[in-house]
Amino acid sequence: MSRFLNDKAVERLRSAGALPEILGSRYVLQEFLARGGMGVVYAAQDNTLNRRVAIKVLDWSDSRSMLEERLMREARVLAQLEHPGIVPVHDAGTLADGRVFYVMKFVEGSRIDDFLNSASALPERLRIFLRICETVSFAHSRGILHRDLKPSNVMVGAFGEVLVIDWGLAKILRSDSDGRSDETVRSPEPLSGAVAGDSETETTSATHDGIVLGTPGFMSPEQAQGRTASLDVRTDIFSLGKLLETIMKPTKNATALRVPRAFRAIFEKAAAESPSDRYASVAALAEDISRFLDGMPVSAYSENLWERTQRLYTRYQAAILLITAYLLMRAIFVLFGRH
Amino acid sequence: MAFDHSFVSGGGNFPQTRCSVIAAARSDDSAERANAMNVLFSAYWKPVYKYVRLKFSKPPEEAQDLTQGFFLELFERDLLSRFDAEKSRLRTYVRLCVDSFVLNEIKHAQRQKRGGNAVHLALDFPALEGELDAQTIDPESIPAPEHFEEFFEKEWIRSLFASAVEDLRQFCEGRGKQAAFSLFEAYDLFADESVSYAQLAETRGLSVGDVTNQLAWARREFRRFAQQRLRAICATDEEFSRERKLLFGGNP
Repeated sequence: MSRFLNDKAVERLRSAGALPEILGSRYVLQEFLARGGMGVVYAAQDNTLNRRVAIKVLDWSDSRSMLEERLMREARVLAQLEHPGIVPVHDAGTLADGRVFYVMKFVEGSRIDDFLNSASALPERLRIFLRICETVSFAHSRGILHRDLKPSNVMVGAFGEVLVIDWGLAKILRSDSDGRSDETVRSPEPLSGAVAGDSETETTSATHDGIVLGTPGFMSPEQAQGRTASLDVRTDIFSLGKLLETIMKPTKNATALRVPRAFRAIFEKAAAESPSDRYASVAALAEDISRFLDGMPVSAYSENLWERTQRLYTRYQAAILLITAYLLMRAIFVLFGRH
Repeated sequence: MAFDHSFVSGGGNFPQTRCSVIAAARSDDSAERANAMNVLFSAYWKPVYKYVRLKFSKPPEEAQDLTQGFFLELFERDLLSRFDAEKSRLRTYVRLCVDSFVLNEIKHAQRQKRGGNAVHLALDFPALEGELDAQTIDPESIPAPEHFEEFFEKEWIRSLFASAVEDLRQFCEGRGKQAAFSLFEAYDLFADESVSYAQLAETRGLSVGDVTNQLAWARREFRRFAQQRLRAICATDEEFSRERKLLFGGNP
């Protein structure tokens, strides 16, 4: 007669059954880190190289082939994107229990919105955002859209490194131009294997038109409508605009940041409803952010004379004050000298 | 009819990994059909009994009669042959059959005490009643009417896991791995959350690595047995994948 299992035991068995089967491999499971849309990420010890790694393991799924392919695709996309802002992949394969996994660098850090609780100055936030832009722009230059940019997918590491993570919804763009912006469709280096392969087939088989993938609040209107085939870099630019808006929101311990009109115009342009009203490339968005940081006019906003004067004053404040002080001293000297 | 309880009691009669109970139930071979019923019966009698007891508020004796009557009807009327894997899961189909059977019995009030020529299944209903008492000792743990489907699912999982644990126990005994089962029992079945690998290692004179390896082995075998039992009561690979996700996919 089998014994009675109480609710707690049943739950423990369910958890135990879900643990990846890595016995006998080079990895020793350490702890649960996070759950994503497709699977679970665990910390593990790589006994061969004696280092800590993160293992992403696919859930037991009811449509295995599609999710398996997507996870492997994510691993291959990451492997193609060698960049300081993207977590490198070390290994990938199938576990003894049949589930697909990949191993990546273990990153200690925090989500960007959590990190910003301790980094409240506007320039500091914008410099972090520029790092995100660099990474996304790099991916675009390799013909890859992220399609799920949001605070939980940006991490700030222990040494200040800014990482864009979770490329599970990445879309590989075709390498031939069909009228969209040049950055969107050109893959400077042909991607190999199943990542690029037959790019169009790959893309459509992974994300059929009509299927909505993304995160509400951060995905572009065209993405939310499931117009997968027509997506280009501007869908990521929309998400970056929303991300920028989030980054500018006051944190728990800070007072509200004063958001200048020119700056507001930048994220409004990035997150415009219509793709044609957005920046054409992430580089153009980053350029406007840089110009704003440097106190220069931005392409997203036409300033009036008063705003221009204010901006110039802010930008050259030190020089203006020095010259004014010099002139004042000079005037006083001349006046008193005559007497 | 006679049910073979060697499977119910974990007599080492594991289901064939790739053999579906539905395919076997539709076989021309009566022995194979009977075996399919055994497999189905072992997986479902506990959840069915508890479901009947709580959903229809039946006293123990009446619920026992209804449970036995349901399985006899399932066999005699060949209800499994009508199951369409394209339309629903087997678990849902069984639950709906139970609903239909019990309502029919109530409606016609013609249920006869099954005795005489009818076969009484030697099931441990008192033990199951004890489980039910333990589960419903807190009135808030009694499911609301709209949650009986979840309750049935939960009891089905509990029953399947309990059988797989019994399979594992016997497997460990057969291989001289009682220590691994004992660790599994202590950590995964009955431990409170404060027990650590280090504590287990210390109390049993093992290294933490040994505890880790033995637990990993026991869990792997447990999962294998649970999957074998699950596969046996799923009609198709797709249903098996969906049910496996339900069992293991949602955690942690």
